[in-house]
Amino acid sequence: MERDNPLIEIRNLVKHFGSVIALSGVSLSVHRGEVMCLLGDNGAGKSTLIKTLAGVHKPTSGEFMVEGRPVTFTSPRDALDAGIATVYQDLAMIPLMSVTRNFFMGREPVKGVWPFRRVDFDHCDAVTREEMHKIGIDVRDPHQAVGTLSGGERQCVAIARAVYFGAKVLILDEPTSALGVAQTSMVLKYIHQVRSKGLGVIFITHNVRHAYAVGDRFTVLNRGKTLGTYRKDEIQIEELQNLMAGGKELQAVSEELGGMV
Amino acid sequence: MVNTTQPVADLTPAPAVKKLQDERLKEVSLLTKIMRRPELGALAGLILVTIFFFSTADSSMFTLAGVMNILSPAAQLGILAIAAALLMIGGEFDLSIGSMVAFTGLVFGAFITLSGLPLIVAIAATFVVAAFLGAVNGQIVIRTRLPSFIVTLAFLFILRGLSLVGLKWATGGSTQMRGIGAQSGEDWVREIFSGTALEGLFSWLAAHDLIAKFPNGTPTVTGVPVSILWFIGMALAATWLLLRTRAGNWIFAAGGDANAARNSGVPVDRVKTSLFMLTACAAALVAILTVLDAGSTDARRGFQKEFEAIIAAVIGGCLLTGGYGSAIGAFFGAIIFGMVSIGLTYTRFDSDWFQVFLGAMLLLAVLFNNFIRRKVTGER
Repeated sequence: MERDNPLIEIRNLVKHFGSVIALSGVSLSVHRGEVMCLLGDNGAGKSTLIKTLAGVHKPTSGEFMVEGRPVTFTSPRDALDAGIATVYQDLAMIPLMSVTRNFFMGREPVKGVWPFRRVDFDHCDAVTREEMHKIGIDVRDPHQAVGTLSGGERQCVAIARAVYFGAKVLILDEPTSALGVAQTSMVLKYIHQVRSKGLGVIFITHNVRHAYAVGDRFTVLNRGKTLGTYRKDEIQIEELQNLMAGGKELQAVSEELGGMV
Repeated sequence: MVNTTQPVADLTPAPAVKKLQDERLKEVSLLTKIMRRPELGALAGLILVTIFFFSTADSSMFTLAGVMNILSPAAQLGILAIAAALLMIGGEFDLSIGSMVAFTGLVFGAFITLSGLPLIVAIAATFVVAAFLGAVNGQIVIRTRLPSFIVTLAFLFILRGLSLVGLKWATGGSTQMRGIGAQSGEDWVREIFSGTALEGLFSWLAAHDLIAKFPNGTPTVTGVPVSILWFIGMALAATWLLLRTRAGNWIFAAGGDANAARNSGVPVDRVKTSLFMLTACAAALVAILTVLDAGSTDARRGFQKEFEAIIAAVIGGCLLTGGYGSAIGAFFGAIIFGMVSIGLTYTRFDSDWFQVFLGAMLLLAVLFNNFIRRKVTGER
């Protein structure tokens, strides 16, 4: 198993916004064919961290390496070119546009000579249908609007798009937070599928169950710091839950509610 | 722990994708396909209006001459409406179109009469001025993040005012500038922007008794006004642009969700600025066409055309929120306009019913569009 060169590795990453310390020393790594879960409660710094990885923010200090080489991203485009694709919560999908048009948005393949250069929609439709077929989404017609897809399907299309356009690392920002049970399992299944293709996945969530279902390793973030990284065989789901919530308070609530949280 | 046997390289897509000719595709009924077209409402409206006039209007309305009468105002409005539709799909409004017609008319007239430029240079220079003004509109909207509604409303008044002031300055106190036609020559450039086209075809048709002619043999309609050809050409070009090109996809994306589009690498600001330049150039085209036809320009040119253009675009299926609509819809919308404004004079109705009709049509179109959008996208 190739473990020498992680796809992404960060050490002691610090990010300040003026006087606000958003990240105060975060370390994590993602390898090929691995789902690395980033857990943390609201305000733990998850969003800042992924935006830093995605090239939106520049880190104040710390090391950031992609496949062993130190990098400095100045824009999201740089991160994309380095093979880091981020699927944001708002999905970067446009409900009124067709699945095909969304899938190729900003990266439309063209044919013909100017001024008759046009998008090769036959190719686009074929690719979209093929990719949807692979995920197992029943897209009867790639011209149907994305708005007609369910939340889980949209999430899967967004992931499939990132994979199709050559991502090596996928950063998924709470892909299951707004989904029902069936939809969630669809997305989790697809994350599993992406991992088996050899991509590295950073799966951000605050749902420990979802994380535990697909994760290989878990990094817990609290108040801008990493509390630690654990392999799946090192930690139980309950421990993870307590760690994430900062321990005590949740324990108390849990007892109060009869162990339901 | 993890299965990593598959190398990453396997992920690059195969160049030739096997066509999955899916039997499930047939399940998309023809009805769904038609319902999905944004211009459906406009086409239905056009059919209804045609039926209405067929049953109430004098039969001369639907002769060749009558149709040309309808299409002439429709063409002028339609050139504006198609540009306005593209801009609306891109998520912005331009309320300065009407004033832009007056202002670019003045600019064009001044280039001809005051500077004595050759017609082709004057036309090119007018388009440059219009494009610049459109770019200013667009840049203000993009940089200030103010709604384009407000920014272009300001320009509605600024440009109208400038047209008045400029006309008085250029003519020494009059709000009308004459003599443009006489000074613009009669060369091939003039042929493209004024008069009629296809005269040969029409005389041939008349000679073979296919269209009406006067006793001396000349056809009653000598040709197609060039504005109608511009109108049709623009509708086709805009439709192709929207549905078949990269720029078209970007226009839909920019209007649908500018942020999501930006995240996907669409140059949203460039798309929007270009669209503002396009509406301004469409206004300039209408100005040039009308000024050359009339030989003069005045300060009331294009008055309230911005509203009519937006209404035609909305009738054509454009959503006020952007991201949805069609150019061919705006084409139909403009024809409905022309048909009703001219058609009422062929009936016994008071032609002032036109405005009532206009408002009612707009309201109906918006309701219909919203209904269709919910139906199509599954939005709740």
